Amino acid sequence: MTAYVIRRVWQMIPTILGVILLIFILFNWVGGDPAQVLAGKISNPAQIENIRHQLGVDRPYWYQLWVFVKQVFTFDFGRSWSTNELVSHIILTRIGPTLTIMLPVVAITTGLAVLFAVLVAYVRGSLSDRMVMIVCTVAMSVSFLVYIIVFQWLFGFILGWFPVQGWSESFWKNLTYYAPLPIMLAVFVGVAPELRLYRSFFLDEIHQEYVRTARAKGLPENRVMLKHVMRNALIPILTNVGINLPGVFVGSFLLEVFFSIPGLGREVVTAVNRSDFPVIKAVTVYLAIITMVINLVVDVLYKFVDPRVTFK
Amino acid sequence: MSAILSNPPAAARRESPGLWALAWRRLRHDRVGMVSLVIVAFFLLLMVASYAGLIASDWNREVGVSYANPSFMAGAQNLEAQAIEQRKAAAKAPPVDLSDVDPLAPRYKEWAERAAKIAVHETKRAETLPFGGDKWGRDVLKKTIKGSEVSIFVGLASAFLATIIGTLLGAMAGYWGGKVNDFLEWFYNIFTSIPYILLILAFAAVATSTGKFGKGIVPIVLVLSLTGWTGIYRLIRAEYIKHSNREYVKAAQAIGASNASRMFHHILPNVSHVALVQLSQYSVGFIKAEVILSFLGFGVPVDMVSWGTMLAEAQNELVIGKWWQLVAAGASMAVLVTAFSLLTDSLRDALDPKLK
Repeated sequence: MTAYVIRRVWQMIPTILGVILLIFILFNWVGGDPAQVLAGKISNPAQIENIRHQLGVDRPYWYQLWVFVKQVFTFDFGRSWSTNELVSHIILTRIGPTLTIMLPVVAITTGLAVLFAVLVAYVRGSLSDRMVMIVCTVAMSVSFLVYIIVFQWLFGFILGWFPVQGWSESFWKNLTYYAPLPIMLAVFVGVAPELRLYRSFFLDEIHQEYVRTARAKGLPENRVMLKHVMRNALIPILTNVGINLPGVFVGSFLLEVFFSIPGLGREVVTAVNRSDFPVIKAVTVYLAIITMVINLVVDVLYKFVDPRVTFK
Repeated sequence: MSAILSNPPAAARRESPGLWALAWRRLRHDRVGMVSLVIVAFFLLLMVASYAGLIASDWNREVGVSYANPSFMAGAQNLEAQAIEQRKAAAKAPPVDLSDVDPLAPRYKEWAERAAKIAVHETKRAETLPFGGDKWGRDVLKKTIKGSEVSIFVGLASAFLATIIGTLLGAMAGYWGGKVNDFLEWFYNIFTSIPYILLILAFAAVATSTGKFGKGIVPIVLVLSLTGWTGIYRLIRAEYIKHSNREYVKAAQAIGASNASRMFHHILPNVSHVALVQLSQYSVGFIKAEVILSFLGFGVPVDMVSWGTMLAEAQNELVIGKWWQLVAAGASMAVLVTAFSLLTDSLRDALDPKLK
C-alpha cells in the first residue's frame, strides 16, 4: 500500500505543475497586464509603471512563472491587489465560516439522501416511488437562486424565524443562529439529485444474485435491504461523497453571497468582481491540490470499505 | 439469369431502419419524451422569433407605470407608482417667484413660447400590464421572452462549443492512443482537479477584467465551453477506444481511408448518439449556469436581459411585494429545464435501449 501511495503522489506532480501552468497562462499571459485593471482606479501613468514593476509584470514570462511557482511552494502569494491584505491570511480566515456551513450540509444531505433512497428503493416501481422521482426532477429544475431568494424572504423577512443574513465572531452563535437557514437551503437543494443517484445505486444492487440468495433463504426484506444491499450500495455512495468533498472548501458561494457569510466562496466572488488576481490564483491552485489529496485519501479508504479492491 | 437479377421484386427491397430511425420510432412512443420535445421546441421557437424581432422587440419600452400590476390583480395598491406621481405633481407646482434676482428671468417667456411650438405627446402609461411591470414600467412578459432568448442561446451555444471541443479531443485521444492520449489525459486531469465552480470563476475573472474574450455574450459562452468540455471528452474517448479496433474501421483502413476519414467519417456517426445526449445534458446545465453567472454580474452585459439579470432585480422587488418578475423568470426557466432534462432522459433511452 505504501508503494501505491508513493506512486500516486508521484503521479500528482505533473498534474500540479499543469494546474500551475494553466493558471499562469490564464492570468499572466491572457489576463496579462494589471495596468488595464488598475487604470480605472489610478490615472497617473508613472504610478502604474511603478506598480507594474512592484508586481513584476514587466519582467519576462519565464521569470514570472518562476516567481509564481515559488509563491505556490512557499505559501506566500503576497498581498491582495485591492485590500492589501495578505493572501495567506485571507485564505486562513475565510475557510472557517465556509466549513461551518458546509460540513453539516454534507453530513445532513448524505444522511437524508441515503435514508430516502432506501425507502424509495424499497417501494420501487410503486406510485410513491414515481411521485418522489417526479418531485425530485421538478425540484432540481428550479434554479438554486430562486430557492435562496424565496426562502430568505419567507423565513427571514416575512416569518422572522431566522436572521436574514449575518455572521458573528462566536462559533456557537454562528452555528446555531446564523447557519441554520443556509444549511437548510443547501440540504433542501442537495438532497434531490443525490436521492436520484443513490436510488439507482440501490436498484443496481437489488438485482444482484446475492440478494436473490438472501431472499431465497428466507430473510425478511428489511434485513436484505439494510444488511446486504445497503453495505454494497454504500461503496458507490462513498465515491460520490468523495467526489463532492473538495467542493466543501469552496462552499456554496451563492449562499455565502446572499447571507453575507465571510467564507472562501464569497471571497472568490468578490475577488473576481475586483479583478483581484492573486487571491483567485492562490485559492484555485491550493484547492486543486487539496482535491487531488482528497481523491487519493478516498481511494485508499476504499480498501477498508471494499476488501475486493487491490492496489495496483 | 441476368434478367432476373436486374429486375428484383420491389417488395423485397425493404431497407432496414437505421439507428436514428429506430431511435425516433422509440421516442415517438415515449409520451413524456414527446411532451418535453414539444415544450423545448416551443421555447426554441420563442427564441428564434424573439431574435428575428417578431415578438418582444419592444421589451425595452417603458409602457407601464413603475411596478405596474399584473392585469389579473388590477385592484391592488401600487405605492411605488403613486409615490412617483406625487413627486411629479410636486415638481409641476409653480416655483417660488425669483424674477427680481434671477438674471435669466426676462428670457423665460421667450423660451416658454419656443417650447410650446414643439409638439409634445404625453403618453399615458398603463396602470396594468399582462404580467406586471418592472421598476421602469417595462412589460415583464416581454422581458421574460427577451430574457429567454439570451439565456437559451447562451446555453445552446456553449453546449455546442463544449461538445465540439470535447468530441474533437476525445476522438484524438481515443483514436491515436499513446502519446496523444497521455498528453490529453494530462490536460483533462488539470481541468478536473480544479473544482468546477472555481474553474469557471477563474476564467470569468480573466474574461471580465481584460475583455479579451470578446463583447456581449461571447465571453460567457467561451467561459462555459472552455471549462465544460471534460465530461464529453471522457465519454467520446471511451467510445473511440472501443470502436477503433472494430472490423469496420479495419475494413475502412484496408480500402485506403485516411486517419481523418476513419475518425470522422466512419467512427463519428457511430458515436454521435453519445454526443447528442451529452449536448442535451450540457444545454440544461449551461442554461442554469448562465442564470447564476449573470446574477453575479459575470454573465451577459448589463444592457441585455437574461433570466439571471431578471432574478437579480427580482431579489429586491420581492421585499416590497412585487413578485411577478421572480415568478416569470423562475417559472419559465423551471419549465424549460424540466422539459429539457426529461427530453435528455428520453433521448438516452431511445438512442441506447440497452441502458434501460
